[in-house]
Amino acid sequence: MSEVINGPVYADVPRPAFRPGVAGTHITLRGLTKYFAGWPLYENLDLDIPKHKITSIFGPNGCGKSTLINMIAGLVPIDSGEILFDGKSLKDTTIGYVFQNYREALFPWMRTIDNIAYPLKLAGHSKAEVDRRMEELVASFDVKFDLRRYPYELSGGQQQTASIMRALAPKPEVLFLDEPFSALDFEMTLFIREKLQEVFIQTGTTMMLVSHDLEEAVYLADQVLLLTKRPTTVAEILQYDDPRPRTVATLTEPNFVATKKRSLEVFQREVRR
Amino acid sequence: MSTPHIEAAPAAAWKPPSELAAPPAPKRRDWGRALPLVGPILLIIIWDLVVRAGWIKAILLPPPADTLLTLINGMMGKALLPHFLVTLERTLMAFGIATAIGMPLGIALGSNERAYRSVEFVIDFFRSTPSSALIPLFLLIFGISDVNKVAIAAFGAFLIVVFNCAYGVINARKQRVAAAKVMGASNWQIFKDVLFWESLQPAFVGLRSAISMTLVIVVVAEMFIGSESGLGHKIIDAQQVMNVKTMYAAIMAAGILGYALNVLFLAIERRIVHWSGR
Repeated sequence: MSEVINGPVYADVPRPAFRPGVAGTHITLRGLTKYFAGWPLYENLDLDIPKHKITSIFGPNGCGKSTLINMIAGLVPIDSGEILFDGKSLKDTTIGYVFQNYREALFPWMRTIDNIAYPLKLAGHSKAEVDRRMEELVASFDVKFDLRRYPYELSGGQQQTASIMRALAPKPEVLFLDEPFSALDFEMTLFIREKLQEVFIQTGTTMMLVSHDLEEAVYLADQVLLLTKRPTTVAEILQYDDPRPRTVATLTEPNFVATKKRSLEVFQREVRR
Repeated sequence: MSTPHIEAAPAAAWKPPSELAAPPAPKRRDWGRALPLVGPILLIIIWDLVVRAGWIKAILLPPPADTLLTLINGMMGKALLPHFLVTLERTLMAFGIATAIGMPLGIALGSNERAYRSVEFVIDFFRSTPSSALIPLFLLIFGISDVNKVAIAAFGAFLIVVFNCAYGVINARKQRVAAAKVMGASNWQIFKDVLFWESLQPAFVGLRSAISMTLVIVVVAEMFIGSESGLGHKIIDAQQVMNVKTMYAAIMAAGILGYALNVLFLAIERRIVHWSGR
């Protein structure tokens, strides 16, 4: 008799067929689930992040904005689900990440220039290639400070500039920015925000930006991803397509004002819920 | 892109007349640098007064001038210098052994937290046991020999080094590790480029307490484990024959050695861990 008498009474749920994102999608999240201390943070989240666009993420406190990009960047493990970059896994994808706390992101035992070159050395590039890329970066960032200094000898804004240069050095396909301006003074925030816009115009790198400043989130964004409270889902995705370079004048354009107003409405609705 | 900064102010900026006419600040002698000398000078004066007034018998406490003279003569001749050098040699040897084994082991244990947790109790227990209490045990193993003194000092220092290095790695800034990981670093690359460097600062704190501990144990061992040389031997020897001048001179020599080692290690630490505290 070949029949199994006491077979398992459960059956594995078959994985749903992979559903590709809409045209122009760079990062596809499917069935993303993450529990924190037994409570769902994300449950079965599907999301398409567009290519060559800046996506700002905005939402209530503790809804997991940073956790979302950390999961995509592979810094926080996911419980289940799938994240693909143009159909590839993270392992086959070059990414860059800019942390809020630049002091604890750069390596103080390396000179600033070596910090910036570090991802290139990891990738096994030759000295000549590294030097060429460094020259390119220094030129495109118009660096005015001495990169041979150690990071702790630089100002906060200079350190964060170096962090962004380090993240961009290997020409990442996606750049993650976790509240990159929060630890900076206002002058430096404006300066680096402009740098970032400039880099984006030059390279068109897909970016995901977590911000707690709505004006900043909209100003830099092509689309604003608004999240709900826990368990977190997408409240709304707003498209904002004023042309770049955006300037101070953009802040008073009707389109900008409308997008910001709409974002705020959604945000308040979600906070009160 | 245009820089947001406002360039150079007009050449000769107007200054309030009061600023131009201000008289140069009165010059003051800078006594601040002499402050560390106050303590020692005060101590020697009190010491001298106490001896002169006869409050403490000269047979128990010789006058400071005599003692310092004995120290200087001893350190220039055969009375103290050879003993000083022997103690220094034993201390460095014990410390060298402790570091050579303790640092790699500590870093390895620290990078594998499960491994560290399994031996944590043993390390903590022996770290908390006064090493001098283990002298009889080491006597049984190594006998009354030179090796014994070095071995027990190395053992005490080793535990401190292991503990501090392991904790240095365990408490490495998580974000720096994350930064390396996101740039695609392998576990080995994270270890050699981040964890190792992160652990250096706490490791040096450990090395400094380890060198002090080594000196303490070496001197104690020289006193009580039959010995023909070393500052500990000299101190006990002088005490037995009531040669107090030599005894105090040898004690001061031991103090100088300890202080010098500490200063030396602070200097090395500042040089290697240049980012510390910044």
